[in-house]
Amino acid sequence: MAIIQARGLTRKFGSIEAVSNVDFEVTKGEIFAFLGPNGAGKSTTIRMLTTLLRPTSGNIIINGIDPVADPSAARHSFGIVFQDPSLDDELTARENLELHGVLYGVPRTLRRERITQLLTFVELGERADDVVKSFSGGMKRRLEIARGLLHHPAVLFLDEPTLGLDPQTRNHLWSYLERLNQTEGMTVFFTTHYLEEAQKMARTVAIIDQGRIVARGSPAELIQRTGTASLEEAYLKLTGSALREESGGGIQGLRQNRRLWARR
Amino acid sequence: MTIYILWLRQLKRYFRSRARIVGSLGQPLLFLVALGFGFGPIFAKAGGGNYILFLTPGIVGMGILFTALFSGIEVIWDRQFGFLKETMVAPVSRLSIVIGRTLGGATVATLQGVIVLLLSLAVGFRPVSLALLPVAFVAMFLIALLFTALGTAIASLMNDMQGFQLIMNFVVMPTFFLSGALFPLAGLPTILSDVARADPLTYGIDALRASLAGASHFPLGIDLAVTAGVVLLFMAVGSWLFSRIEA
Repeated sequence: MAIIQARGLTRKFGSIEAVSNVDFEVTKGEIFAFLGPNGAGKSTTIRMLTTLLRPTSGNIIINGIDPVADPSAARHSFGIVFQDPSLDDELTARENLELHGVLYGVPRTLRRERITQLLTFVELGERADDVVKSFSGGMKRRLEIARGLLHHPAVLFLDEPTLGLDPQTRNHLWSYLERLNQTEGMTVFFTTHYLEEAQKMARTVAIIDQGRIVARGSPAELIQRTGTASLEEAYLKLTGSALREESGGGIQGLRQNRRLWARR
Repeated sequence: MTIYILWLRQLKRYFRSRARIVGSLGQPLLFLVALGFGFGPIFAKAGGGNYILFLTPGIVGMGILFTALFSGIEVIWDRQFGFLKETMVAPVSRLSIVIGRTLGGATVATLQGVIVLLLSLAVGFRPVSLALLPVAFVAMFLIALLFTALGTAIASLMNDMQGFQLIMNFVVMPTFFLSGALFPLAGLPTILSDVARADPLTYGIDALRASLAGASHFPLGIDLAVTAGVVLLFMAVGSWLFSRIEA
């Protein structure tokens, strides 16, 4: 059974097609890796799946809901850890989690309990009541991950969750995610540039390049199909080894300039 | 609950930035002292009476205008620092988000107005009637709501702070200087008096002047009704624009 379904998903920014005619499915309860070079359209796709961006055309079904038609209902179904920071720097770690729990309607007792538990899990227990602006980059990252898990969503989106984390924290995080995946049947949709991570964790992988899906399948299938030895080699074979523009540069900048003066 | 937690967030942010509170009091204080004492003698000679009494409601309004507009514009900061996305993907209506933020910003701006009012006591201002103080607080809160909603509306149309100077020079400053905060509205050249009539801050300040200084240009009821009407209009526009943000 598919928990996420995208059909002909397209998003244009001006004349640039960031995502063009993308089709894929994510099965309920699986760990799904969405891979691709910088600027390939990964984040744009995630923004559309998570109601932050309206698709130019195509449709999406998430947990049986169309997020374009009923964004509010769709938002109940997922949690997201963004690629860029999204914490309130002036609030403490605990207050950030508290605010999130309230927004997601987690009952008070359960909320307090999970907050304490998650803060310990990401090893921020002792810094729980310090304002986030005093945290290092890694600490903020850990806090964001704790926050994404707070409401135990049906689907958890993670946009490069392990970027900048040390191997210890990475391992720690993945074992926690695996446990939630198994015990709660939580579907995990993640992007990463660490391909060994995708090979190890993901049951299904989709590779997107220049706005189009270029390959889909289990890591083993992709390795076999390309006649390579690892997912990393398969990935490089499929997407080529030319360097890409930094993510968020071109399209994001263009979008911002256009938006500053133009009404939508 | 959503509204409450976002309101609380604005308050926490306010009380945690003491430097900002103190910093933003410098300007109203300077205006009170420099203009109040500087123009006081001429104002009295021209038959206007006590200028500090006249000026204080205007400066209280100024303090609220600045704080409220910037509370609204904080949406841009939240967008740049990413926090906006966190609220935008939450399963709560955009309307409750915008109401929570606006009430929070307006509460903060009202507090700022109260502090300016307390400061004005130090330069010799005395409210004419204690019984009318509650009316003054209502007027203060309405002004605060109005400009927080306006700030939110403006911020919803912008992606970064590049337009900040534009807002400062073409919205904040004209709104303040053309509102009758500093001068009486009676006997103005027609153009200026028409502009002042079109400025929503005019009515808020006039209501403050009615309740704090005991004199006003328009009837108090009209002042409050116009301000409340504009509040509703701006809240509706601000909410609509905010709900259309793509983060």
